[in-house]
Amino acid sequence: MSEQAVSRTVYYRVFFALIVLAALTALVAEVNLGPFNVTVALVIALVKAGLVAVYFMHLRESRSLVWLVLLISLAWIMIMLVLTFADYATRSWGQFR
Amino acid sequence: MDGPETSIVAEQFQSLEQQKDADTLGMWVFLATEIMFFGGLFLAYTVYRIMYPEAWAEASGHTSFAIGTINTFVLLTSSLTVVLGLDAATLGRQRKLILFLVLTIVLGLTFLLLKGFEYYHHYKEGLFPGPGFRLEPEYARAALLFMCLYFAMTGLHALHMIVGLGLMSFLLIRAWRGLIRPEFPAHVEIIGLYWHFVDIVWIFLYPLLYLVDRHQ
Repeated sequence: MSEQAVSRTVYYRVFFALIVLAALTALVAEVNLGPFNVTVALVIALVKAGLVAVYFMHLRESRSLVWLVLLISLAWIMIMLVLTFADYATRSWGQFR
Repeated sequence: MDGPETSIVAEQFQSLEQQKDADTLGMWVFLATEIMFFGGLFLAYTVYRIMYPEAWAEASGHTSFAIGTINTFVLLTSSLTVVLGLDAATLGRQRKLILFLVLTIVLGLTFLLLKGFEYYHHYKEGLFPGPGFRLEPEYARAALLFMCLYFAMTGLHALHMIVGLGLMSFLLIRAWRGLIRPEFPAHVEIIGLYWHFVDIVWIFLYPLLYLVDRHQ
């Protein structure tokens, strides 16, 4: 019973953090940070996604098998992103000689 | 003959614990495929954003900041009502569970309603890819790419929301009939996982489609 009350308190706290972060990302979007606009927006998004996954999706209490599935899928998507960006970033290399 | 325990645990499982683990793992494996599914669109978005930065800034300026921001808060709140619903389910609080499911459905419908309103606005403005498309000619081709990706990404997300609302209605009917047992609220748990995943997709869509070029 008390364990449940604790988890509910955690839910409310995480929700509060999510709302604060959402307001922060909306406000900071008005400021010109040069090349860091996308970086800041994505870091805030990653923190929000992490909070939802760890607390609302109960990753914190999940078995290592669930973590394994998540980490493998993240590794797969990193292969897709990193190799594609490496391709596009290096396409023009030979053209300026 | 059929005790409460045997009727909850399906034949292929040895225990309730094992069945819970299998249910949760199955949903996570599905979500892993969903990460790749949406990942391709995020990849296309990023590649073209690097190729056509001015057109991206121009076209994304036409999305509605107000609707995008309100919808972000609506979805975050719906994630809270989902976990509170699960909490009520494990405590066997039937009426609270029903209340939170109804709240979740109302918030999900609010999101779709606002999104539909925004789509209608885009259509009126001539931002819908097709014969009526009109954006500044200097950027037209690349801006068309942005709008195609915008509608594909938000449309797929909206489709996931519709599926999620269907699943929430299924839960509501089961809860109404008293079929959700406190010792095994697996449906609430795994449908909740799906709902939170759709929320996470929006957490990334919101800054990329509405925010990153606002400072210009």
